[in-house]
Amino acid sequence: MLTGKTFLITGVLMESSIAFHVARLAQEQGASVILTSFGRTMRITEKIAGRLPERPPVIELDVTDEAHLDTLADRLGEHCDQLDGVLHSIGFAPEGAFTFLEASWEDVSTAVHVSAYSLKALAVAALPRMREGSSVVGLTFDASFAWPVYDWMGVAKAAFESTSRYLARDLGPKGVRCNLVAAGPIKTTAARSIPGFEQFEEKWQERAPLGWDVTDPVPTARACVALLSDWFPATTGEIVHVDGGFHAVGT
Amino acid sequence: MAHTEQEILDGLAEIVAEETGVDTAEVTADKSFTDDLDVDSLSMMTIAVSAEEKFGAKIPDEEVKNLKTVGDAVTYIKNNQA
Ligand SMILES: NC(=O)c1ccc[n+]([C@@H]2O[C@H](COP(=O)([O-])OP(=O)(O)OC[C@H]3O[C@@H](n4cnc5c(N)ncnc54)[C@H](O)[C@@H]3O)[C@@H](O)[C@H]2O)c1
Repeated sequence: MLTGKTFLITGVLMESSIAFHVARLAQEQGASVILTSFGRTMRITEKIAGRLPERPPVIELDVTDEAHLDTLADRLGEHCDQLDGVLHSIGFAPEGAFTFLEASWEDVSTAVHVSAYSLKALAVAALPRMREGSSVVGLTFDASFAWPVYDWMGVAKAAFESTSRYLARDLGPKGVRCNLVAAGPIKTTAARSIPGFEQFEEKWQERAPLGWDVTDPVPTARACVALLSDWFPATTGEIVHVDGGFHAVGT
Repeated sequence: MAHTEQEILDGLAEIVAEETGVDTAEVTADKSFTDDLDVDSLSMMTIAVSAEEKFGAKIPDEEVKNLKTVGDAVTYIKNNQA
């Protein structure tokens, strides 16, 4: 499905990372991938990269570092001429952002910077390498509701979803799509770092018409791969729910 | 071939020393990763991933927080070698 294609994949930390499974499936479908990581997580990503079917290069990209962003397109040149797509699989909020009424602007602004603005920053940084018909895909947690514990990360995700629609508007004329996958809860490092995230797990399993397995990132990764492929050529600004159907039903 | 407890301790000491800069001699079974060896959660993830590779053991992400001391990690790795 992806033979001859090259994708830039951010967000591979551990084997549990959603992005790890996107990279694995993309390689299995014939694509080449280039991973990004940053700071102290570089060493972990480099080791985990060795667990993919083929070891991909890992380049440094902290999405809040202007110098990293400004040089990204040039540095990609060492590994590829053109990109067929970019996966944004990045989220972070300081612990204070998970207590809604007490959170400081400092905590909130970090969450919005790393988790929402970064979609625009990454897309623009990669754009010089993106061929016509390429695709940007990101991961959200349905921001239409106020959830337990998700708090300012939920607000950041609302901004992220809006950012994706504006990117669809501005990148469309350049032939670049931008879509999101709204995943149900999955046990990853990011999810584990949110105090009380377990609360979602049972409820999701109970309410989702198809059921939901918090330990299985594959359905989410498959949707990302599909949106990265040529099989959604006229879809942009869209959010595809991969949540077992949870969003569609009341209690 | 399965590694002995002593081999695991020695190998783990090298990994911890590389990650944190402490002397390998400091890394003994009774030491707590966070309290005695200054290992934060990101370092602990690096150590776990390195140990998986060195000893062919699988350490699930959710197990890592239960490994409080070097001895806990040695025992876990010994019992979960491939
Ligand atoms: N796990 C879930 O339940 C769930 C549900 C819906 C959406 N998502 C989203 O999926 C995406 C991936 O998260 P995950 O669950 O796979 O967890 P993860 O912890 O494996 O991945 C998060 C990634 O963000 C990266 N990151 C953090 N700050 C960064 C920065 N400044 N620059 C570059 N990278 C940075 C980390 O290195 C890590 O690789 C996130 O956007 C998350 O919000 C997760």
